Amino acid sequence: MTSGAVIAGEQAADVGGEQTGEPAGPVPITLAKALNLGLRSAMAADPKVIVMGEDVGTLGGVFRVTDGLLKEFGEARVIDTPLAESAIVGTAIGLAMRGYRPVCEIQFDGFVYPAFDQIVSQLAKLHYRSAGRIRLPVTIRIPFGGGIGAVEHHSESPEAYFCHTAGLKVVACSNPADAHQMIQQAIRSDDPVIFLEPKRRYWEKAVVDPGSPGESSPNATSGLHSSTVVRAGTDATLVGYGPTVRTCLDAAEVSAADDGRSLEVVDLRSLSPLDLEPVLASVRRTGRLVVVHEAPSNVSVSAEVAARVTEQAFYSLEAPVLRVTGFDTPYPPARLEDHYLPDVDRILDAVDRSFGY
Amino acid sequence: MRGVTELMQLLTPDGHRITVASRARATELDGSPTAACDSRSDPPPGAGLPAADPDSGPGGGEPATVDIDLPAYVADLTDDELFDLYRDMVLVRRMDEEATSLQRQGELGLWASLRGQEAAQVGSGRALGPDDMAFPSYREHGVAWCRGVDPAAVLAIFRGVNLGGWDPAGHGFALYSIVVGAQTLHATGYAMGMAQDRSPGAAIVYFGDGASSEGDANEAFGWASVFAVPLVFFCQNNQWAISEPARRQSRTAIFHRAAGFGFPGVRVDGNDVLACLAVTRWALATARAGRGPVLVEAVTYRMGAHTTADDPTRYRSSAELEAWHQRDPLDRMRTYLAARGLLAQERDRRLALEADTFAHELRARCTAMPDPDPTSLFDHVQVTENGLVAAQRSAFAATLDPGET
Ligand SMILES: Cc1ncc(C[n+]2csc(CCOP(=O)(O)OP(=O)(O)O)c2C)c(N)n1
Ligand SMILES: [Mg+2]
Repeated sequence: MTSGAVIAGEQAADVGGEQTGEPAGPVPITLAKALNLGLRSAMAADPKVIVMGEDVGTLGGVFRVTDGLLKEFGEARVIDTPLAESAIVGTAIGLAMRGYRPVCEIQFDGFVYPAFDQIVSQLAKLHYRSAGRIRLPVTIRIPFGGGIGAVEHHSESPEAYFCHTAGLKVVACSNPADAHQMIQQAIRSDDPVIFLEPKRRYWEKAVVDPGSPGESSPNATSGLHSSTVVRAGTDATLVGYGPTVRTCLDAAEVSAADDGRSLEVVDLRSLSPLDLEPVLASVRRTGRLVVVHEAPSNVSVSAEVAARVTEQAFYSLEAPVLRVTGFDTPYPPARLEDHYLPDVDRILDAVDRSFGY
Repeated sequence: MRGVTELMQLLTPDGHRITVASRARATELDGSPTAACDSRSDPPPGAGLPAADPDSGPGGGEPATVDIDLPAYVADLTDDELFDLYRDMVLVRRMDEEATSLQRQGELGLWASLRGQEAAQVGSGRALGPDDMAFPSYREHGVAWCRGVDPAAVLAIFRGVNLGGWDPAGHGFALYSIVVGAQTLHATGYAMGMAQDRSPGAAIVYFGDGASSEGDANEAFGWASVFAVPLVFFCQNNQWAISEPARRQSRTAIFHRAAGFGFPGVRVDGNDVLACLAVTRWALATARAGRGPVLVEAVTYRMGAHTTADDPTRYRSSAELEAWHQRDPLDRMRTYLAARGLLAQERDRRLALEADTFAHELRARCTAMPDPDPTSLFDHVQVTENGLVAAQRSAFAATLDPGET
């Protein structure tokens, strides 16, 4: 592991524009940069870690998440692949069988589907099929979600397909600190991990502890598969993940200011397996739950959360579990996406409805 | 770049021929195809290749070559038609420039520039007839133009007001396909249907050097070959797939791949509009005559960024760009027309004026495009009514301000 001090120094250099007149010390970095530093640490810590994908080398990825890795680790470990997603995941499986730890980048959510067979029929099942003889520590990074005004296939939320598949772990980071830590934890996992990155939050900044290396470390703030309360509250519970955590936090802020309501916000972080203990604990106190995601509602993560909370905390609920999600339509053209995406108003409407019961 | 320049066949000046390599049907190619297409006027359909027989078993034997007399395929062009090819290229480049500036001003969300690929697109696009069907990727603005698609309809996609606003059947031009390579299979299936219907037309599918690596493209090659469908695979090798050079996709020239799948592949100078027109006419004639698919690799260059979101200075040299500047397809055609005395000052001036007016009107129509009605996002999810979508639509409509719908 590269020492924290070295990373901190380089961080400061990388976001040099921020430093004018400020004292030396931790500098806020973007979520994309936090992932970049996490990847670097993981690669430095384990020579078997390989980064592969379209435009990840010379270009540093279309979102620059892999920027500088080619220069630092060389062509054998940072591979600009031919344009073929099925091959990216399929060969990652072979590399993993050979003892490597591939980190695949799928350029955008909408381009993961050519790799779908390799993910759900091969990557997810080989451990089971081999009676445990084969381990596939493959991480598949996918920038996901909308809100950036993109053309078709660049704004999707495909998480439910993968959550529905036994054998895969599915996680979504929502902020720079988690991004930095979770990517390292995902890479260290001996199971395949679908790692979802909230692309419209790539440019959000926060101070990141560069020495937060992961689950097994004493510095780890949370395990890869634990959900966390990111804002404490008493009147109702909002649950989000990835890009909608910020939306939930904004809604809680507005609700406190306008309606005097105290909303608790839980960041799921792990979508499969789900860690519902913090959600259940919260609901037992608040009695009201609104689940928020960009993906359509039909057979979704929110459907699973609602079902389980209803099963396990039925007598605590003052109102049905409500959901604020993308509509059950294809992702619309960019000029309509603001109507499609859950926003503060829709969340607060749902909170109002919950209080109406 | 090795191999690219060597193999480029220039139609201008006259007299060059193009070489078709086909490994699979080597013995069938031994006939007298060269003689068949020697006639300069009125080349027979599919000249140069015998009808494919999908039941004759896998091909074998040595690689063979057959000469296609390209000039014969454009010998009929009148002076006006030659000038019109140039006009097409000037106008689509102008559209491209206008779109790029509209994007910079925030009127479009993104733009994928065709700059440098005008000859490949106009040449192949003008080879198509009313019975033919084209399947584009996302950069085929020049082909869209040739198929009579309103340029404003193309801009609408990049403005984000719809996902594909023209009628594919009406124009013989399918919707843009952003998922790289997917359209190759659609074209293959469409061509299977054309063959069954005994359509007089053929299909053509556009894809890039990068797309040639996708499973879909390779599956399409196999299917199209096995079923001997009337399809032209038109690969614009513009040397780059975002930041990755074409050599990262293939160690052999892309057109050579066809031989392995059992059908002919040709490489053409993609910056020579006449060569592209001629070779596509030949390939379409071959396909329409029931001789199966053809792969055309048009060697060209993406002179702009991948899209307006891209920064090509991160991965390619200005020297390379400069070298391709020397082969600018518009300059090449200008030189050709001038040498033939077809570029009278008055005509040139009128074209410049026409381009200005065209760009001006296009800009006005683009900026005037309203945002779509919000509830339209629930339209056409599927043919039959879906109760869940209908319920979401009514709940959504109830939240809108009266002015919004
Ligand atoms: C299946 C899929 N994967 C990735 C992408 C992202 N992407 C868009 S264009 C592109 C490069 C395409 O290169 P090429 O086929 O050569 O076409 P060009 O852009 O040069 O016209 C990539 C990787 C995509 N659109 N579809
Ligand atoms: Mg290309």
